[in-house]
Amino acid sequence: MHPAFSVIFLTTLIGAGQGLFLALYTGQVYAFFHLLPAQADGRFYAIGSLIALLLLIGGLVASFFHLGHPERAWRSAAKWRTSWLSREVIVLPTFMGVVFLYGVAHSLGWHTPLVTLGTLTLDATMVLGVLGTALCFALFICTAMIYACLKFLQEWHSPLTVANYLLLGSASGFTLATAYSAYAAPDLVGFYGKWAMVITLLALVTRAASLVRNARLKPKSTLQTAIGVRHGQIVQKSQGFMGGSFNTREFFHGQGAGLLRSVKWVFLVLVFALPLLLLVGGLFSSLSGLLSAAFLAQYLGLLAERWFFFVQANHPQNLYYQTIS
Amino acid sequence: MTQLALVIDLNVCVGCHACVTSCKEWNTSGSAGAMSDDRPYGADPTGTFFNRVQTFEVGSFPNTETVHFPKSCLHCEEPPCVPVCPTGASYKRKEDGIVLVDYDKCIGCKYCSWACPYGAREIDEHQKVMKKCTLCVDRIYDLSLPEAERKPACVRACPTGARLFGDVHDSESAVSVAIRESGGYALMPEWGTKPSNHYLPRRKTQIRIHTDELMRADNPLKKERQLPQPDKSEPSLDDVTSW
Repeated sequence: MHPAFSVIFLTTLIGAGQGLFLALYTGQVYAFFHLLPAQADGRFYAIGSLIALLLLIGGLVASFFHLGHPERAWRSAAKWRTSWLSREVIVLPTFMGVVFLYGVAHSLGWHTPLVTLGTLTLDATMVLGVLGTALCFALFICTAMIYACLKFLQEWHSPLTVANYLLLGSASGFTLATAYSAYAAPDLVGFYGKWAMVITLLALVTRAASLVRNARLKPKSTLQTAIGVRHGQIVQKSQGFMGGSFNTREFFHGQGAGLLRSVKWVFLVLVFALPLLLLVGGLFSSLSGLLSAAFLAQYLGLLAERWFFFVQANHPQNLYYQTIS
Repeated sequence: MTQLALVIDLNVCVGCHACVTSCKEWNTSGSAGAMSDDRPYGADPTGTFFNRVQTFEVGSFPNTETVHFPKSCLHCEEPPCVPVCPTGASYKRKEDGIVLVDYDKCIGCKYCSWACPYGAREIDEHQKVMKKCTLCVDRIYDLSLPEAERKPACVRACPTGARLFGDVHDSESAVSVAIRESGGYALMPEWGTKPSNHYLPRRKTQIRIHTDELMRADNPLKKERQLPQPDKSEPSLDDVTSW
């Protein structure tokens, strides 16, 4: 497939935003159960939510560049019963709304108890956090299923796609939370840093698994099934036109196998190896610059990872467009 | 239930591209607007087409065969492109099974083209909406045309009659009979899309002759033995005719 930069930025930016929100709320839940020191005021969560919201808005803006008719984008909420894209279009703004409210609730200090569970009392921030977490997971699933549901794109049609979107987004969000807490709440750096490393390692497992799986894939469609002639040797002599068409632009990446291999190693280093080293270095040396560098490296790596994700997918329609003439 | 479709006979197609040009001519002149072209006379022309004729070579020299292969939307019975459309712009008509795009609802996200394994959909780079074969829906129901002309433009244009058009759910229709009796098949059956368009394979009429059939082994009436040489005293042919 041809990698569209609008979609690369959409998925990586909202992934980081979602992960950051999950990190903020995880921290709040730990503090709620007195496993972490509570924050004196809501500033940490409020500014964190603002950063998450800005990332989500960035992703949403990027997505509009993918549309031929952005002014009709509102129509895309119509077919949520069948289309994962439609579901994403509904869940993303809803999630953004809840993240906004979560930030507002923290900055305005809405701590009136809403629900009492024995000795624990839940205030608006906790309830909004639960809601936001549910929407956050739903959004990860919607985004990933847009790709995973296309069964003839065999590289994508796997539960590993969902696991990768979930874990890679969360990893970048927790790394960002680590870098952010180094400036805003230094007592949380260790907590977020350890979680960021754990999730990055989990993401390494699932992403490596999908790399191994995709390397062993055998295409189900062949030139024989594509034109229905049972013969071992079929060669296309003409695709029917001399110039390009949508079919030759949208589904071919036009990159050499060497570049693909290099990008694979680049993203494996930038998403996993380098951020893990920088996180370890940052946690031991308490240099906040290293933690920021960890997030930057991981985000750049994720851009490469998403580029590779699109380029690696081999669309069966390409069988029909092998030879100009 | 009606399911209109094309049946394309690869045994008859000569790869002349008349279906491609007639399709473009009819559909670029329609009420839905032109199918835009860029640099049509330039070095790198490109444009939107609903139909393509491709050519494949089967086998290796000298035992090769050239297969001309017209490809357009197959109007699948389980179209994978329809459920993925977020706006409902892509839909399959209940009444005749044609898969269509509502150009006023399409947001141009291209997701349906990703969901089509056949590459049957092409975006119009100027109108920024997805386009595809409509089976000439604006023609086949046009009562102002003589009934014989209410067929897709490609079917009308094909000089060899390689394209049949009709209802593949009616077992007695010409298309159903052709599929049933001439080995009609669907493309990429592995994805379960159940294409409505079918292709008829290349067919060769062959007769197997055994050597004993050239000379009758069993010849009780001696019908095929050589006639005995006539006696010298018998009348010759000249004598017979000069009677």
